[in-house]
Formats: sequence, C-alpha cells, structure tokens
Amino acid sequence: MDLNDTPEQAAYRQKVREWLEANRQSAPSKSGSYEDPRYVDARRAWQRRLAEAGLAGVTWPREYGGQGLGPIEQVTLNQEISRADVPGILDVIGIGMLGPCLIAHGSEEQKARYLGPMLHGDEVWCQLFSEPAAGSDLAAVQTRARPQEDGSWLLSGQKVWTTNAQFAAYGLLLARTDPDVPKHKGLTMFVVPMDARGVVVRGLRQISGEAEFNEVFFDDVRLDADTVVGGVGNGWGTALTVLMFERLTIGFGSETYGSPSRLSAAIGADPDARGDLVVRRRLGEIVGELLAVRFNGYRALTALSRGQIPGPEAGLAKVTMVNAAIAAADLATDVIGPDALAESNRWSYLTSFLPGLKSAGGTEQILRNTIGERVLGLPPEPRLDKGIPFSELRAREKEASVS
Amino acid sequence: MNFALSDEQRFLREAAQGTLSRFKTIEAARGALEDGPAALPDLWPVAVDAGWPGLLIGEAHGGAGLGVFESLLVAEECGRVLASVPLLGLWPASAVLDAAGDGGALAAVAAGELRPAYVPARPPGDLDPGWTVEPRAGTRRAEAPRASVDGDEVELEGSACFVPDAPGAGLLVVVGESQDGRPVAAALAADAPGVSIEAVMRYDATRSLGHVSLASARGRRLAVPPGVLADAWYLAHALIAAESLGAAETCLELSVAYVKQRFTFGRAIGSYQAIKHELTEVLRQLENARGLQYYAGWAGSDRRAEFPLAASAARAVAGHALDFAARSMINVHGGIGATWEHDAPLFFRRAQLSRRLLGGTEDATDRLAERSLAEVA
Repeated sequence: MDLNDTPEQAAYRQKVREWLEANRQSAPSKSGSYEDPRYVDARRAWQRRLAEAGLAGVTWPREYGGQGLGPIEQVTLNQEISRADVPGILDVIGIGMLGPCLIAHGSEEQKARYLGPMLHGDEVWCQLFSEPAAGSDLAAVQTRARPQEDGSWLLSGQKVWTTNAQFAAYGLLLARTDPDVPKHKGLTMFVVPMDARGVVVRGLRQISGEAEFNEVFFDDVRLDADTVVGGVGNGWGTALTVLMFERLTIGFGSETYGSPSRLSAAIGADPDARGDLVVRRRLGEIVGELLAVRFNGYRALTALSRGQIPGPEAGLAKVTMVNAAIAAADLATDVIGPDALAESNRWSYLTSFLPGLKSAGGTEQILRNTIGERVLGLPPEPRLDKGIPFSELRAREKEASVS
Repeated sequence: MNFALSDEQRFLREAAQGTLSRFKTIEAARGALEDGPAALPDLWPVAVDAGWPGLLIGEAHGGAGLGVFESLLVAEECGRVLASVPLLGLWPASAVLDAAGDGGALAAVAAGELRPAYVPARPPGDLDPGWTVEPRAGTRRAEAPRASVDGDEVELEGSACFVPDAPGAGLLVVVGESQDGRPVAAALAADAPGVSIEAVMRYDATRSLGHVSLASARGRRLAVPPGVLADAWYLAHALIAAESLGAAETCLELSVAYVKQRFTFGRAIGSYQAIKHELTEVLRQLENARGLQYYAGWAGSDRRAEFPLAASAARAVAGHALDFAARSMINVHGGIGATWEHDAPLFFRRAQLSRRLLGGTEDATDRLAERSLAEVA
C-alpha cells in the first residue's frame, strides 16, 4: 500500500509541473462566465495549448492524438492543474466521455474527422441524451430520427440539461429510430452538427442565475447517413459506453465541491465557531464522509489502473460526495451568516449549484436502485415496460395519465 | 499509487477467517448472554496459535513485526463473527511495550504467555488540556491516574473505568500524568499490591470490561515519547472501527439474504425501494468505513502524523455504520429481528456498547473536527 508516485509517475508529475510553471501566465482565469464568448475563446485557446503539450486526452490512444497513458497519469495531471491554480480543458464532456465513445464505436472516417479538432478545442462537443421525459429512464427518449429514401434522416424533438450546447460545434445524440420495438432496441446514436438548420439552443437559467446548461430543439434537422455512430438500432449499447466514461469523469472530480480543508478553513477562521461543540460535531461528520470519498477514490483508482472497469458502486461515492458537500455549504453558511449568500461568494454558488448536482448523472434514487440490484443482488422493481413496443408503451402512458 | 491489500494481507485475513470459523462464536455470544461470559469459548490459545499476540511486536523480541493494517484486518474478522478475543487490550499495550523496548515482557507477550491490557488514556486536545480516562458515568472525563516517577519505577494513584479486556490480564499498560502534566507510562503486574480490577459486563456479553483501581500501585516505567501513548489511544479507536466494520458486514449479509426470500404482496421485499434504499445506505456507510479503515491502516504505518485524524474518522464513521446496519437488520426482519430467536440482537448489542467505549463515537467525531481544523490552522 503506497500513495507515493512510482519513479515513472514522479517523472511524469515533474514534467507536467514544469510545463504548467512555464505556461501558467497564459492561462485564463478559472472563474468566468460561459455566457461570455471572449471567456469561452480564451478557454479554447488554453485547451489547444494543453493539447499541443500532450496534456489533453492523455488516456486516449496515441493513434488518435492521445498519449496512451493510464488513469493514474490523468489523476496526476488533474492534481497538478489544480495545484497550479489554472483551469483545465474546456471540453471535459467531449474528451472525457464522447471522444472515448467515438473511439470505441465510431467509423474510421468519423474518428479521422472529429477527434483531432475535439482534442484541440477547435470543436467543442455536447451530450444530447436527456429529455424532459427521459432522464433516469434514459431509454424512454422520444426524439425521433426518421429514415429518408436517400439514406439520410430527419430529426425532430427536444433535449435538455445540455452543458456547453451554446458554443458546441457537434453533439452526440440518442434518438429513437424504431418505435415499434421494445424501447432499448429502437435507438440509434448520431453526430449532430449544432449549426444545422432546425437546431435551436436556449439557455436554462439555474438557481445561481447562471445558464450553464441548455435545452436544445430539433425541427426536421437533416442528418446524413454517415452521422450514425455504432450502427442503426445499437444506440443503447453506444450510450452505455458514454455512461461508463461519465462515471469515471465524475469520480475524478469529486473534491471540486466538497473539500475538507476548505470547509475547515472557513470554520477555523471564527474562534467561537471552532470551539462550539455543535459546529464541531457537524464538521467532524462532514469531514469523515469527505475523507471516506477521498480514500475510496484511491481504492477505485488502484482497481482502475489494474484494468478493472468501475461498476455501479461508483455511484455510492457520488451520493456521499454530493450530500456531504451540501452539508458543508450549509454549515459554512450557518457559521458565516448571510454574507455567505452574497452572489459573489463561493458558498453561495455551492448552495445554489448542489441541489441540481444531486440529480446529475442519475438521481440519488435511481442510483440506489441500480446499486441495490447490481451490487447487493436484490430483486428488481417490477417493470411495466419489459418487451413492449415503445409506441404501445407511449399509448398506454397517455391513456393512464388522462384517466 | 497502490491502495489495495497485498497478497500477504489477504492471506492473513483469510487465515483469520478460517481460524475463527472453527468456533460457533455467534451461538456462543447468545449463550453468554444467558449464562454469563463463562459460556464463551476460550479463544486465547487460538490467538496464540495464529501468532496474534506478537503481531505488532518486532521480530527481535519474538514477534511478527507487522503493522497497524494487519491488526485491523484481524480485528475486522473477529468483529464479523462477534468473536471474543482480547485484542483491544492486547495490541495497543504491545505497541507501547515494543516502543519502550521492554524486553522481558515483550518475549512473554509475543509467546502468548503474558496477556497485557491497555488502560486507555485520551491525549490532550484543544478543548481539554490533560490526559483523561473513562469515567464511571457522565460526560465529564476522569483525570488520568497520578504518576510519581521513582527511578525506573512509577507509583500510580487513581482509577479508570470500562477498560477493555482488563479482567484476567497479566499486565496492565497504564498512562498516568505526572505532577507537571507530562504523561508517564508504566507496566504493572495485574496482581501487584494496590492494583484491583473489577470485572463488569454491560449489554454485550462478548465484550470483557473492567474498572481498574490503582492505590499506590507500583510498576516499571516505560520510557516512550508522548506520541507513542497518543498512538496507542488512536490504535484502540482504529481497532474498534475495524471490529465494527466486520460486524456491520454480517448485518448486511444477513439482511440481504432475508429480503430476497421474504415475500409480501406477491413480491420479494427486497424489490421494494423502501427496503432496497435502506440496505444501499447500509452498504454506503460500510464502504465509507472501509475506505477509512484503509486510511487508518496506511497512516498507522506510513503517515504517523495523520494517524489521529484517520483513526478518529474511521471510528466515527464505522460506529455509525454498525449502529445503522444493526437497526436496519432489525427493521427488514420485522418483529422476529427484535427477538432472541434471531442473531440481530447480538449485533445490536455489540453496536450499542461499542460506540460508547473510549469516549464514544461522539468524542471521536469531535477529535476528527479538531484534527481537521488543526491541519488548516
């Protein structure tokens, strides 16, 4: 058991640290508004710089412009970026989740066309999966892609919670291509150019007042035959690959929202609070949870570096992290008072941001279902949608909601 | 980065599991509740055969020279089956004796001929400047015994309550406080003049406890730095955490098995979200306790400065985890879970007493807050 770097890892860390030291002056600020195009451009330029130095997509295979390195190097890089107090890549979703999916399921032409510009921040990507009526039950997506005689597709429907859609060049979209088969079977994954005619992006303002994500509407958008990823009717399997990489991406960023030392520093600044038994008890309970997430993260990372794929149990860390981060923001705000809720305050931002994060990447309830069934082996909830064609299911739902 | 058990650690754990499986320890726990501790099997010879007494003692003195992590793995296995092995008294005591290089006692302890018991003393904190021991009752902690150093000997005056594994021990490792507030450690023969140990049983018959009184009792001075004595306190916490984790794992295992086979309204009750989510919560707390056990085990050997934080975190989280797991086990079983017909009460009793020993999980939670505040000060 050893948390130290191996000599190779230490050498990698040193290399990264030196590069960041030499280049940090050209980095944009970590906090800026994604609604400001100048800020987005600055972040793109910074991603390009990182990519040119081999510090983006480090786990991608070399043949696609990556470094062919492992998860440990990715984490080392994240740690050094955080230490240098500079922002990381802009397109975390593209490079972390969608690019790996293209690498696994895309055609050679797709890989050759899309991966390079994605890596360099020239083309940012967004994930077009969730819909107003398909979140936890993702396979219930209703956005339709209808095949045309010339082999192209016509796309209609709506997606939601789409981070980065306002400046994305492409989206990876899960659509229903055959409503007359059971719902997991009639799905297909597409690459959608966000500047295509019929695509409309509208910002969704969140509790904080910022619009970090969007809703996206598709009105008879024409997609070429070669925009299909992973084959017609195979959309569910392709989507699962993205969700697997999503678990990894969320897992590696877990201390962004709940850092034991940031909370302790906020409490420690107030001599009365640090001697208050109730405050200390709340602090102790939160720090215990956050430390557990940190050290379980090391366990998961070790397993990952030995080639084990993270399973649904990774969801437990997310549940712990989000709830502990909420409790942390709550405690800090109790101690600091209303000033903690000033719009510019970090605790105010967290207070506003975390309730939504609870549902991101699966609600707590759906995570607990999945973990209960897949990890503990408990019997599944009875389902009313098994084996039923999607069109019939929809008809039944409509009937039930009317009566 | 390598944060997984080594092959040797896995073998050690499996060996402990195999050794303990030869005894019906859970049945014995029920028997002891009815007929007293005499109904428990004597597991000391088994522990000696397995080499546990010398686990933390250096090879030079006949021990195995293993680390904190290994002791936690064995404690976890004992907790899993509610085995009554006096490890909580043994290991912190042997760690202090080993640090003091107390040759005579060490060889006998490592050979299993002399069983020592650690008399837990809490090191000073930011709210509480002195060394303290468990009081007989109430929230005010008792002052550690007064110690007067006399050459190589120490004379001790005072008492400490609810000392794990004190009854039947041959040697007591006591931390007293000298007139000028310094901690002084001493090894006292349990039958030395002025030493008295009153055996007490509280709620969990598998847990041997004793009230220790010292009236001008004399023992050998153990010359160790205060850090060693603080580490002994935190080692005891990490051991209680490990035991609790093991017991919580059994609670979850029994609960999961039951909810798969019990049907209501035509479905296994494990298919209901109310049940599924409660057991997922048990798993979540248990996995958190395991992550912190790894932290405590690693820090105990490789990062001593963080051991107080790690052990306090492990104790606090594992204490809650076992309490929650035991209550959930009763809940999902319905009425039968609250009767002696089932094993659930045995684990529940373990949970309720364990989380009140050595200052309790509340005190560990406060210490966790203190260490976390100190890290950023």
